[in-house]
Amino acid sequence: MAAASFTAAKFFAPVAARSGGDRAPLHASSSLWPRTKPAPRLRTALAVSDVLSGNKAAPAAAVHPSATRDEALELYEDMVLGRVFEDMCAQMYYRGKMFGFVHLYNGQEAVSTGFIKLLNQADCVVSTYRDHVHALSKGVPARSVMAELFGKATGCCRGQGGSMHMFSAPHNLLGGFAFIGEGIPVATGAAFAAKYRHEVLKESGPDGLDVTLAFFGDGTCNNGQFFECLNMAQLWKLPIVFVVENNLWAIGMSHVRATSDPEIWKKGPAFGMPGVHVDGMDVLKVREVAKEAIERARRGEGPTLVECETYRFRGHSLADPDELRKPDEKSHYAARDPIAALKKYIIEQNLATESELKSIEKKIDDVVEEAVEFADASPLPQRSQLLENVFSDPKGFGIGSDGKYRCEDPLFTQGTAQV
Amino acid sequence: MVARAAVAANAVAAAEFKSGGHELLLFEALREALIEEMKADPTVCVFGEDVGHYGGSYKVTKGLAEMFGDLRVLDTPIAENSFTGMGVGAAMKGLRPVVEGMNMGFLLLAYNQISNNCGMLHYTSGGQFKIPLVIRGPGGVGRQLGAEHSQRLESYFQSIPGLQMVACSTPYNAKGLMKAAIRSENPVVLFEHVLLYNLKEKIPDEEYICCLEEAEMVRPGEHVTILTYSRMRYHVMQAAKTLVNKGYDPEVIDIRSLKPFDLHTIGNSIKKTHRVLIVEECMRTGGIGASLRSAIIDNFWDYLDAPIMCLSSQDVPTPYAAPLEDATVVQPAQIVAAVEQICQ
Repeated sequence: MAAASFTAAKFFAPVAARSGGDRAPLHASSSLWPRTKPAPRLRTALAVSDVLSGNKAAPAAAVHPSATRDEALELYEDMVLGRVFEDMCAQMYYRGKMFGFVHLYNGQEAVSTGFIKLLNQADCVVSTYRDHVHALSKGVPARSVMAELFGKATGCCRGQGGSMHMFSAPHNLLGGFAFIGEGIPVATGAAFAAKYRHEVLKESGPDGLDVTLAFFGDGTCNNGQFFECLNMAQLWKLPIVFVVENNLWAIGMSHVRATSDPEIWKKGPAFGMPGVHVDGMDVLKVREVAKEAIERARRGEGPTLVECETYRFRGHSLADPDELRKPDEKSHYAARDPIAALKKYIIEQNLATESELKSIEKKIDDVVEEAVEFADASPLPQRSQLLENVFSDPKGFGIGSDGKYRCEDPLFTQGTAQV
Repeated sequence: MVARAAVAANAVAAAEFKSGGHELLLFEALREALIEEMKADPTVCVFGEDVGHYGGSYKVTKGLAEMFGDLRVLDTPIAENSFTGMGVGAAMKGLRPVVEGMNMGFLLLAYNQISNNCGMLHYTSGGQFKIPLVIRGPGGVGRQLGAEHSQRLESYFQSIPGLQMVACSTPYNAKGLMKAAIRSENPVVLFEHVLLYNLKEKIPDEEYICCLEEAEMVRPGEHVTILTYSRMRYHVMQAAKTLVNKGYDPEVIDIRSLKPFDLHTIGNSIKKTHRVLIVEECMRTGGIGASLRSAIIDNFWDYLDAPIMCLSSQDVPTPYAAPLEDATVVQPAQIVAAVEQICQ
């Protein structure tokens, strides 16, 4: 079971044990928990929090977590940056400035901000194709991300990665991955390296182990790499937090249609680590859970699985017509917009005035506008760039018929890569 | 037969070195390389199934866990895709993992990580992260191990951009290539062969490495260039004895670097002999020979006096029954016949 030091009472939502995913319908009253007669399995997706709140055994909501003025404004600014940036991406895409598959993060900002703003520079973030906002929260400049999206040489990956492959070594952003699940082993390896540095190389940071966050979605939680890495991370007590952004949909596949037991947090204890469910539309709640999980990892107590209930306001990608999700589900979550919620909190707690928040929004508008101008003005990569980063050591291109390494030919980068 | 061929090959083995030296088996040479590199560089570590307490399925890592500890010689659960990906992530963060496939064939389960992450991440990150990973393991057709344990992955991996591939064939080049692969900043796949682990050879006491990109001249000659690698080197040398008795003078080159090809050594040979025979163990379709043929045509067409011949394994799942298995791989008699045909 979970490590004793973890606050079990707070974090194990004691949902009645049952198999499968029988659910009360969204509109039913909370007393209709199907204890005797199972409700028919529904095809529509539901808010998981409605499922949990329908269970009378769930603990009453604790006091809502708080934030200082500085903390709240930092969080607000970061979430607004994420939102405005993604909205600008949509505009730029439809204007033909960026191409291919672009997956926007609108609505999920509380997860990125809530977790990543707690990290140090030395901590690592591993993401998926929905990675723009993770990059921004980790500190990658908006202009670098925008230039990468425009495919310019000044992009964070020299234009070679694109929307789904954001990397930044100075910010310890280890990607950006297109295939579902394939970043999780990479994150597990980064966490392994942190433990190795401490135990084998005897390098210790002042705060403890460097922590790695792996972000991925609900669909990924049915993939083998997820389970294999939960096992290994717990086995070796790696300093990693597995952050599930459960937005209920994997393109057009609803989470409950794909998953035998849709409560993902439960899969943590199955591997011996704590499993936590949190309202991913509330940045302060996310931050509170994140703090505990990150500190656990830093102390060397091992991984945590955190399931964040969240929602993407836009389609899976800009190519997705988004016809399967029902209007009432969308409006349910629109009413829980994390930015509006934090704004309300800030005003009600008198942490800042409307006009202070407006000036943050204006500042972010300027940052994103400047990012677009920078990306527009930046050059496209030259042909000579094509072969430069195939190998870290370009001797890998081999020895030519003249006996010299092919890369020694000054014209090599204009040529071909095949041997 | 393999051992006898190996003894014959030792007479023309790669290195001439100062007096002294020590004799060991190929798997011990790999082990020696690992120990030397792990002593010299604390970021070098090993991941794999049964590499630690069990000492490795072919004893390449025997005793290493006692020497370096359970974290540096990591016994992994059976999860090739994930522990290979872990190797990639660890490499991105400064470690130099050596990932073992208990049998090379198992690495098919890691194809996603090898192709997408290992090969690609240096490029898609715009050069920000390097992946100095070594992926190694026993492969090739053994003695009636059945189809799934008799695979040759070199043909499957060869298209992956960003990957280097080398195949060792003697204790000398096994140690040298392992050291070079570990030191390389590129991801390198080191192909070992199940039937070659007990080859014995005397290797230098002083430190040496082999160049990853170079081919190895095994037997200089004038009449025909025979390009081969791994176990087939020994079938070629067996055939060479017969050919010499028949009056032929074959030049035998162990290409060692399966990707990239050493066009200098290969080209110089072709310019001399004008005839080429490729002898490989992978399947014919999409094999190393197919790419090599293509590269030779592109670069040395004018020097050829005869069509390039290529002898490969049959495109069949390796059968269990002994005569069928023997018929799957290239045998010395076929090599002799091919040289006779080329030299007509």
